[in-house]
Amino acid sequence: MTFTDLLNTLGVPMALLGAVLAALMAGIGSAIGVGMAGEAAAGALTEDPSKFGKVLILQLLPGTQGIYGLLIAFLTLSNIGILGGSADISFAKGMLYFFACVPMGFVGLWSAKRQARASVASINLISRKPDQFGKSIILPAMVETYAVLALLVSLLAVANIGKLPL
Amino acid sequence: MPELYPYAAARIHARELSLLSRQNLEQLLAAKTYDECLHSLHGMGWDEGDTAEEILVAETEKTWQLMGELLPELEVFQIFRLPVDFNNAKAAVKSVVTNVQAQHVFLSGGSIEPESLVKALKDNDFSQIPEWMAKPLQEAQQLLLKTRDGQLCDVLLDKAALDAILQAGKSSECALLREYAELFVAAADLKIAQRAILTGRPAAFLKEALAECGTLNLSRLEAAALEGMDGLESYLSLTPYADAIPALKAGASAFDKWRDDRIMALIQGEKANPFTLGPVAAYFLARQNEIAMVRIILSAKRNGLDVEDVQERLRVMYV
Repeated sequence: MTFTDLLNTLGVPMALLGAVLAALMAGIGSAIGVGMAGEAAAGALTEDPSKFGKVLILQLLPGTQGIYGLLIAFLTLSNIGILGGSADISFAKGMLYFFACVPMGFVGLWSAKRQARASVASINLISRKPDQFGKSIILPAMVETYAVLALLVSLLAVANIGKLPL
Repeated sequence: MPELYPYAAARIHARELSLLSRQNLEQLLAAKTYDECLHSLHGMGWDEGDTAEEILVAETEKTWQLMGELLPELEVFQIFRLPVDFNNAKAAVKSVVTNVQAQHVFLSGGSIEPESLVKALKDNDFSQIPEWMAKPLQEAQQLLLKTRDGQLCDVLLDKAALDAILQAGKSSECALLREYAELFVAAADLKIAQRAILTGRPAAFLKEALAECGTLNLSRLEAAALEGMDGLESYLSLTPYADAIPALKAGASAFDKWRDDRIMALIQGEKANPFTLGPVAAYFLARQNEIAMVRIILSAKRNGLDVEDVQERLRVMYV
């Protein structure tokens, strides 16, 4: 076995590492975020249970990053043959998959945590001023923009790496 | 990074809606009689108890009960329990030394059971009392036995309380509590200086009574107080408490209002803080403030005082 053949056996593990990274980091971020927003939501609901619908939406906002991470991981696993099909992935392609997954992993983790802080602040806002729900939901939703941008980059990259002649 | 309290902060921000506003106080003040004032108070949700004292005690207990629900341990609010502990210590020392059974003199809400203080003093065994209380308690007992002067005993315990409050503030991870402790001790020092000027107390009293804090230089404050109100004014103009000068000149009541308004100004920023212990501490102080205001109004109504005189004493409210 040549050195190149040996190196190419690492293609799938590298791609798998990327998929794991995307699901793991974005998932951790969402778990922390939804948990923190959930604590604030429980505080608001203790005083006024009628706000359940409003605070539930705010609590769920930091949870989307985990879903995006899962989507990227799932697509990567499909493309590298772990969920069926060909598993013939070169080291170069494996590295490309790895790097394609990085934006979703890192931005997912960070944006979920920051979005949670915005959600907690918004839950506090509607605790004091229930008529400001419309504005309160826009503020944490702005953070979502950057998670969506990271999702797009990772998605486009993962979907098209297979077409490259490597 | 300070510990986060998202549950407590969100719940307390919702609770802020039920705090009394200036308008509520004006409404109470507009009542023609004491009974009408009590009736209005019942309508505002202060309805546990028939007499003023019962209502105020119930509201204080409700506040502590809420703090107990919100905080994993009340240790983080030690700063608010220390004045109660030292008040109970004064009562316990006097009760034991004079051998008079203390009745209805102990306050609830402290961190040490009053019975423990009495037992420690009777048995002369302070091993079960926290260190910050054991030494001043023992010293106060010895002082009272030796001099039979209750005021000296009070001065000693008041200073120990201020030292303990400042220490509790310094060790708190909550920025608001640190600032509150500093302001509380500095305001107490200024009040001592004011009292010393008005009553012509000697330097020895100031030495015994003034407590160290970060924003006042005690030796300069002491020297300034001995020079009189003008000396105090010229020293304070160089400190963060220059705005207290008119209140200090106006008298004890005006200075109390200045201190309480300054505390309300300090906590205003916590309305927009959704994470830390700050909003909970701010709510607690706001509740203390509104209970004090209701006490003033009820007392004024009971004694038929002039509405305008009471309005002058009303503090800035949190909401």
